[in-house]
Amino acid sequence: MNGDASPIVRLMRALLIPVLALIMALLLGAVIMLVFGDDPVKAYRGLLYGAFGSGRGWATTVRKMAPFILTGLSVATAFKAGLFNIGAAGQFLMGTIFSVFVGINFQGLPVFIHLPLALLAGLLGGMLWGAIPGLLKVTTGAHEVITTIMLNYVASLFAGWTVYAGGSQGQTPGPLWDPTAGPISETPDVLPSAQLPWIFGPPYRVHWGIVLVLAVVVLIWWLLYRTTIGFEIRTVGQNLKASKYAGIRVNWTIVLTMILAGGLAGLAGGIETLGVNHKFAPEFSGSVGFDGITIALLGQTHPFGVVLAALLFGALDAGGAKMQFDSGVAADIIQVIQALILAFVAAPAIVRSIFRLKRTPEQVKPTVSTSWSGPG
Amino acid sequence: MADQPIPALEVRNITKRFPGVIANQDVNLKLYPGEILGLLGENGAGKTTLMNIIYGLYHPTEGEILVRGQPVVMHSPKDAIALGIGMVHQHFQLVPVMTVAENVMLGSEAVRNGFLDVGAVAQRIHELSSRYNLDVDPYALVEDLPVGVRQRVEIVKTLYRQAEILILDEPTAVLTPQEIQGLFQIMNLLKEQGKSIIFITHKLKEVLQVADRIAVLRQGKVVGEADPRTATQASLAAMMVGREVILTVDKKPAQPGPVILEIQGLTARNDLGEPALREVSLTVRAGEILGVAGVQGNGQTELVEVLTGLRPALGGRITVQGKDMTNASPRQVTEEGPSCHVPEDRHAYGMVGSYSVAHNLVLNTYYRPPFAQGITVNEPAIVEHASRLVKEYDVRTPSVLTPASSLSGGNQQKMVVAREFSRPVKLLIAAQPTRGIDVGSIEFIHNQIVAKRDEDVAVLLVSYELDEIMALSDRIAVMYKGQIIDVLPREEATREKLGLLMAGVHPDEAASSA
Ligand SMILES: Nc1ncnc2c1ncn2[C@@H]1O[C@H](COP(=O)(O)OP(=O)(O)OP(=O)(O)O)[C@@H](O)[C@H]1O
Ligand SMILES: [Mg+2]
Repeated sequence: MNGDASPIVRLMRALLIPVLALIMALLLGAVIMLVFGDDPVKAYRGLLYGAFGSGRGWATTVRKMAPFILTGLSVATAFKAGLFNIGAAGQFLMGTIFSVFVGINFQGLPVFIHLPLALLAGLLGGMLWGAIPGLLKVTTGAHEVITTIMLNYVASLFAGWTVYAGGSQGQTPGPLWDPTAGPISETPDVLPSAQLPWIFGPPYRVHWGIVLVLAVVVLIWWLLYRTTIGFEIRTVGQNLKASKYAGIRVNWTIVLTMILAGGLAGLAGGIETLGVNHKFAPEFSGSVGFDGITIALLGQTHPFGVVLAALLFGALDAGGAKMQFDSGVAADIIQVIQALILAFVAAPAIVRSIFRLKRTPEQVKPTVSTSWSGPG
Repeated sequence: MADQPIPALEVRNITKRFPGVIANQDVNLKLYPGEILGLLGENGAGKTTLMNIIYGLYHPTEGEILVRGQPVVMHSPKDAIALGIGMVHQHFQLVPVMTVAENVMLGSEAVRNGFLDVGAVAQRIHELSSRYNLDVDPYALVEDLPVGVRQRVEIVKTLYRQAEILILDEPTAVLTPQEIQGLFQIMNLLKEQGKSIIFITHKLKEVLQVADRIAVLRQGKVVGEADPRTATQASLAAMMVGREVILTVDKKPAQPGPVILEIQGLTARNDLGEPALREVSLTVRAGEILGVAGVQGNGQTELVEVLTGLRPALGGRITVQGKDMTNASPRQVTEEGPSCHVPEDRHAYGMVGSYSVAHNLVLNTYYRPPFAQGITVNEPAIVEHASRLVKEYDVRTPSVLTPASSLSGGNQQKMVVAREFSRPVKLLIAAQPTRGIDVGSIEFIHNQIVAKRDEDVAVLLVSYELDEIMALSDRIAVMYKGQIIDVLPREEATREKLGLLMAGVHPDEAASSA
């Protein structure tokens, strides 16, 4: 709580809780493995090796990291304005659908038009899905946690409908369904002109999306910490009354932040689709959106922290298969570890008491959360 | 205390260092049973820090603490509470959405058959409340209570935990004069029951009235003790600041110019939706200070909020320099007034605790050049601006990059005042501008307000302290139940007359009886 501490000390302080949370989660994960008679050393060695032990390992880690960064950034950005965006999952899906729509249409466009257009569509889809809870909040006071959760369902059903293969009784198939896929509900592949090119082609399959994502990270960092817009976003998140006093248009800032957060998650969907899957099928949805919450918290809601946290999540995902192969531990343990990380970062008090860290007086005060409540 | 019993509390050679600051240095103090010790000191002298150490919130860098003669080591307020130490903080620590009883039991929950026993707690609160005249309702929601009652809840909380030693950090800063007298009665009752109290304040006449002994801190060190029977406000002020302090404001007669602020028939509601302003009309001219006197809660807060765009006006009209500013946004008021606003509640409106001093100093001008170029923020310009203001207004902070939350209360207030007073404006709206500020700095701020007036700024000053109103105002408006019941030239405003008006006595009667 001392602003005049050196940058190194401040960095160490920021890293303390996430690192301890990670250690705790890995230790508990090990205990669980021991209980089931598995060898945690072997498992973690496999995990590490799978994620970083080879060129392909690295490639997978990096590829998986890209969407994690963006959904983490989405949640983190919303957090800066005191908003809890549970809706990254829905925004991700909307981004996916919008990108796929542009990607499978417009035959004959050159890459340098078609690809940016398809990415932009993903961004827009997410922005739209972020704008709705933002607008609902400032007009009706509806809490974004509720509305984003509901919109996740809407997005998921909508996405499912767009690729619905039709039924045996001749129900109408969805508009994006690929007729050549027969009974399978999925879209056709996006046209090559809308696919993100490889940096390293198969078997590595690292696409240019990761570079784009890192550029976005820097852009968001700059926006949050070096612009008046970021100042407004952060002030609204820190002290609503003071931001009104400061002349900030609070409602506009809330909507803008949700649009931004939605856009980031939407772009994640776009990049994942145009870079990796090249099409959409409902089973691709995964948990990237929800993992964004853990990643944002683990990254201490800082853009650069989010990158580190996303690297970790990418590695956990990438190394899982190798771990299972080497040690026989089911890759599902990864999800357990991820959930444990969330539990520990979300409850720093637990970590503090386990490691007997001193609290500063500020933290002793009963903090009555204002940050998650409405602008009223 | 001639027979020198064992002190209830003793601190020996306490030193506390923060990065860049020594908050306490070699402090020695004794507190005897059944005694009220007044603790005085400039803003940033280390009073709150010392109390936080006694309450187990901070570890002293060096030194020891003895409770009833026994050396003790405290790791947290839990230890302090167990030793019978209770503290009412400068900023309250209650959970607004909980009842009084729930707040009181928080951290020391009474349990019966595995369930919280709110009934037993409420019963105990009743007992304490009647024994010490505290008048708190255990089932009231804290958020519905006025500040004065919240403070009594804090006191009940400490008594519920059987505190023998009470620390009251600037308890009177937020109270009305009536509430202050009520608090003093409570303090005296507690004292008679053998409890010991450390009482921090910046108002010298308060310590003179209530303390048995006075200790003065300066720059972290105890610079002396004083006996309230022989000390005077001037002698205490000199001891605190280390120089003579002029306790009266020296100013030339006002030379009022054209009307700057005109308010006609203004009406507004308070947070509970009740009428708070009933047809308020006022004018403030360039080059004059209009003081708004009144007991807290008679609509002053709402008046300032409506004028500054923070609360909607339901009726009436506000013009600034002839421009209609009714229901203008805060930004418009700042820009087009142009005006500045020292808010009554610095924590709610005036600052962002987690932001650096530098960023707080541009809280409402961050978008203007040179602080911003287009949308990019110009940090060097912000830091430079801050360095200048911190020096000019004597804001004591290790650096302009320090978070505002780690400044002492009075220094936070000085930071807010510095930000608002440093802009060229035509209209200055100041609510309680010297709340929590030490006498030396009050002198400085008062002189600044007069200087603004002499630069032809129209000043609207809201203060609950009659002394401040009388010292600064050229004209005085008295507010009562949402109305301006009278406006008097300074010469005609006697303390007695204002007192009657503030109590709601009709101006004609007040004139004849005062
Ligand atoms: N948590 C903290 N971190 C760093 N510095 C601190 C912290 N708390 C207090 N200080 C510094 O210690 C010094 C003493 O502060 P303290 O709050 O004790 O003053 P005070 O006497 O209570 O002043 P005031 O009358 O303004 O309330 C100040 O310089 C302040 O900036
Ligand atoms: Mg203090």
